[in-house]
Amino acid sequence: MSAIRSARRPKGRSLPIGRILLLGFFLVFVLLPLYWMFNTSIKPSDDYLAIPPVWFPAQPTLVHYEAALFAYRGLEGLINSLIISLAATILSALFGTLMAYSLARYNTGGQHLSFWVLSQRFLPPIGIVLPVFLIYRGIGLYDTHAGMIIAYTVFTLPVSVWMMFAYFRQMPKSMEEAALVDGCTRWQAFWSVAMPLAAPGIVAAAVFAFIACWTEFFFALVLTSRSAFTLPTVFRAFIGFQGAQYGEAAALAIVSLVPSIALGVLAQKHLVRGLTLGAVRG
Amino acid sequence: MAHVKINGLRKDYGAFAAVRGIDLDIRDGELTVLVGPSGCGKSTLLRTIAGLEEASGGTIEIGGDVVNDVRPRDRDVAMVFQDYALYPHMSVARNIGFGLKARRMPKAEIDGRVDEAARMLGITQLLDRYPRQLSGGQRQRVAIGRAIVRNPRIFLFDEPLSNLDAQLRDEMRGEIKRLHQDLATTMIYVTHDQIEAMTLADRIVLMRDGLIEQQGAPLDLFERPASTFVAGFLGSPRMNFLPGHLVRTASSDAIRLGSSRMPLPAGRKLRDAADGQAVLLGLRPEHLTRAHGAAPQPGHVRHDATIELIQPTGSRSYATFSLAGTAVMAELQAHDVSRPGEHVQIDINMTRASVFDLQTERAL
Ligand SMILES: Nc1ncnc2c1ncn2[C@@H]1O[C@H](COP(=O)(O)OP(=O)(O)O)[C@@H](O)[C@H]1O
Ligand SMILES: [Mg+2]
Repeated sequence: MSAIRSARRPKGRSLPIGRILLLGFFLVFVLLPLYWMFNTSIKPSDDYLAIPPVWFPAQPTLVHYEAALFAYRGLEGLINSLIISLAATILSALFGTLMAYSLARYNTGGQHLSFWVLSQRFLPPIGIVLPVFLIYRGIGLYDTHAGMIIAYTVFTLPVSVWMMFAYFRQMPKSMEEAALVDGCTRWQAFWSVAMPLAAPGIVAAAVFAFIACWTEFFFALVLTSRSAFTLPTVFRAFIGFQGAQYGEAAALAIVSLVPSIALGVLAQKHLVRGLTLGAVRG
Repeated sequence: MAHVKINGLRKDYGAFAAVRGIDLDIRDGELTVLVGPSGCGKSTLLRTIAGLEEASGGTIEIGGDVVNDVRPRDRDVAMVFQDYALYPHMSVARNIGFGLKARRMPKAEIDGRVDEAARMLGITQLLDRYPRQLSGGQRQRVAIGRAIVRNPRIFLFDEPLSNLDAQLRDEMRGEIKRLHQDLATTMIYVTHDQIEAMTLADRIVLMRDGLIEQQGAPLDLFERPASTFVAGFLGSPRMNFLPGHLVRTASSDAIRLGSSRMPLPAGRKLRDAADGQAVLLGLRPEHLTRAHGAAPQPGHVRHDATIELIQPTGSRSYATFSLAGTAVMAELQAHDVSRPGEHVQIDINMTRASVFDLQTERAL
């Protein structure tokens, strides 16, 4: 450990300028588009494409936000997206955890079932969206929250199952076995030992599922219309006959970023642990 | 408290048979050690008794009831795992009381029992800590506490000491033995360490490739091994095996090693053995001693030796020399030999020698 540290130090000391430049460039690379989006969302329409570009709008305005949220029904889309994504995420994490546990600990379905689950993601969405659309029309799920929640749960389940499967498999079995001998039923061993230990993995899988739902466009486009439409579909409206509504698009984009960032900050600790599948030994 | 009876037990993993037909009778209150090299099926057998693995054939009886189809929690056994398997998200107190809580024991009674177990093991001051804050030896104690608090019919141990350093291992070994004397509960203890097996066991069950090679009291196995495998497994340094031939006469038997004739004691008549048969003579290092006096003691054979290698341990010195073309190790007194190349005379105690058939490797 100390050998590694001391081996690194001379390198770090000899390159502070290079390092600062590199980090600075990277920072600009990442943050500039975000800043430009924010900048666009608060500048008057005339400044969108002005030359030279307007870096700091003289008269910031919230009109674009108002228009995007109300005139273009962005707020409804936001609420729909929240309801659908949250519900689908919870269901996906729940079923994903249960299925992954069963695959990992009881080898359910042998080696084929677990691969079949993942292989569902090899299917291009276009291959299933049309039949789903027709079925939804037939049974009244078209353009409903329930329909979208079901679609997104199924859509995110393969990845949730696989993330949790990997997580459970690297978790030593002996703690659950100790619980079984100690006096637990299988269900108790799962609930009071396996689940708490798998919490970082579950959170990581849930974050992935949420982001996937939050940004999904194609299913939403085909399976919703005027009532259960989600936030991404609202953006269609900003590119129309009379030119693009850059300000409104930017405003809504900023709004749609908020939950992702909040979630990222909340889950950061769990996410890294969950992704690196850190061992959870006692 | 319960006796355990195992009949024709098998465990297959796919096409591979890990346990291939075991019959075992473990008396109430006995400490039985399952010992054998890594991979011989000890853990599999133990886990099948616990109910963590389903038997592929045969029956397991605990206290007179066949438990093959009984789930682990209802077998009333407690198990200590090699990696301790403590619950990392629970305090020591909750770890120890967990099994009682799962069985819906009233909280006050759980607390009382946890305190008592902690006191027995000297870990009262650790009750509020979490497993990650404990040393290896402390975790081990918690794992044992979790077992004894339940007052089960049988204790199962799967190599509980193998993750500890040597000194702590010796200490805990003594504690486990004392625990057994105090509780007088049936214990089945798995280890690959022959010293642990010898020191702990009321009875040793020595396994090999999914079968029992020999079972009995520790000294029985040590002094009357049924095969070269048992003889070589128990004892350190290992028994010396010398290839030779049997010489049978009306009055007594002897082993011919090259040009030397090694007479067996008069009372020791070999069964089912033919004159001239190829055999292995088994000599334990402690039965080869530096010669003293003019003539060897009765039953001993005196032999010239040129010491090739000396390994002093402090209390003893292991000396290697060649006997009829085979390298042999003797466990001598610390100052018996001083340098390689030294010429000495060694007395070989033939009253303690073992003889094995060269082909079958079974004792004669
Ligand atoms: N779950 C399993 N699946 C397949 N083979 C196994 C499994 N568990 C153990 N084995 C095999 O069974 C044999 C006995 O294993 P084990 O009982 O753990 O040996 P020991 O405890 O004596 O070292 C080994 O060859 C091991 O590879
Ligand atoms: Mg083992």
